[in-house]
Amino acid sequence: MNIKIATSDLNLYYGTNHALKNINLDLYENQITALIGPSGCGKSTYLKTLNRMNDLVPGVKIDGKILLDGEDIYSPKVDATLLRKKVGMVFQQPNPFPMSIYDNIAYGPRIHGIKNKARLDEIVENSLRGAALWDEVHDRMKKSALGLSGGQQQRLCIARALAVEPEVLLMDEPTSALDPISTLKIEDLMGELKKKYTVVIVTHNMQQATRIADYTAFFLVGEIIEYAPTTELFSRPKEKKTEDYITGRFG
Amino acid sequence: MKTRISFEQELQEMNEELAGMGEMVVGSIQKTFRAFAENDRELAAGVIERDRAVNEAERSIESRCLMLMLRQQPVAGDLRHISMALKVVTDLERIGDHAADIAELVLRLNSGGSQKRMEVLAEMVNSVQAMLQDAVDAFIRKDQLLAEQVERQDDVIDDFFNQVKEEVIKLLKEDRESPDRAVDLLMFAKYLERIGDHAVNVCEWTEFYDTGELKHHRIL
Repeated sequence: MNIKIATSDLNLYYGTNHALKNINLDLYENQITALIGPSGCGKSTYLKTLNRMNDLVPGVKIDGKILLDGEDIYSPKVDATLLRKKVGMVFQQPNPFPMSIYDNIAYGPRIHGIKNKARLDEIVENSLRGAALWDEVHDRMKKSALGLSGGQQQRLCIARALAVEPEVLLMDEPTSALDPISTLKIEDLMGELKKKYTVVIVTHNMQQATRIADYTAFFLVGEIIEYAPTTELFSRPKEKKTEDYITGRFG
Repeated sequence: MKTRISFEQELQEMNEELAGMGEMVVGSIQKTFRAFAENDRELAAGVIERDRAVNEAERSIESRCLMLMLRQQPVAGDLRHISMALKVVTDLERIGDHAADIAELVLRLNSGGSQKRMEVLAEMVNSVQAMLQDAVDAFIRKDQLLAEQVERQDDVIDDFFNQVKEEVIKLLKEDRESPDRAVDLLMFAKYLERIGDHAVNVCEWTEFYDTGELKHHRIL
């Protein structure tokens, strides 16, 4: 399996708070990797280092290396906007723009210079199909995205991320605000997405990690305690701390 | 703060019921063998009657395990623990069946027959009894070393069975035993041999609890 993102000796500080401690992690191409751990363990912080979202946080200091296809994403030569085109992100709360369904999806491609209507139509349709939303919205593309249900809005956000043709998809608790059926739809969708993209998901739902993730990393107080194929980590973890956390004996 | 207190308690209860079933089965086997040695028909009849309680214990533990899976979605050590319990009860129940099968044979084989003189059968009885006791102790205490010892014992039991078979053939050839009784004696030994196999299974699941492997094959 190809390594899509290689993290080595990564440390991140928010001021004096050492939030990520010496992280070494290889994320594999076309695989889903779940990041689990209690609140404040650093899993979301790590996720955000992968498309340099933490750059925007005042007082942040990052050292170590993150290589995307062998290229250091923290190198001064890298344009963070272009990086975020390659490494898309979906958040916990669906956050559609207050505009039509069509414009939500076309927003990214337009920013990146695509103006041709036929080309935009094609991108919008493909992205919505890729997010398993096309059949539900193709006859109301001009309607506001805010009228969609929560689950549909989240798939719209996934479609919006897909519209700029990313290689990696970061998902920060993408189903925690959704009902069980919408959650399962997104989980099914992730199985499809990984065929084309490398997916990294932060989740508090460990059953979800066992259902969808190929690999799981367990974070605790800024460190990776264990990283293994998901079935291995959830059936016979090597570290007692992992066992205590996943069996709920934690705290 | 301690978490999952009620889950821990339910696991503990499951464990106690499982240990109780193990002891019940060991008790049945001990009584059957005593009934055989002392030709105690009342004791043998009691074992047959007692098999119902063993079957009920199996149902009850299965139900507990499935409810725990449904409500607690166990992972890691908890999942292996509950899976082990689900598998082990089947073997314990079979051992209970064989105790009752042997008790029926004891009722048929009258006293003073050749079974009394067949030393190898008596030795086999003692070995199987000790093996089962160790197997149940191993899984209750999750004692991997003892479990491995019991597994190695299986070949000894198989040897005993072959010896009994040869003896039975000899008895028949020399016309010293009726075919009916000879078949019963062979069945007796076969049940003993099967009890040995189930004792080995119990030990293999005890190892699975530790490793997630069964007979060196990863199954979880």
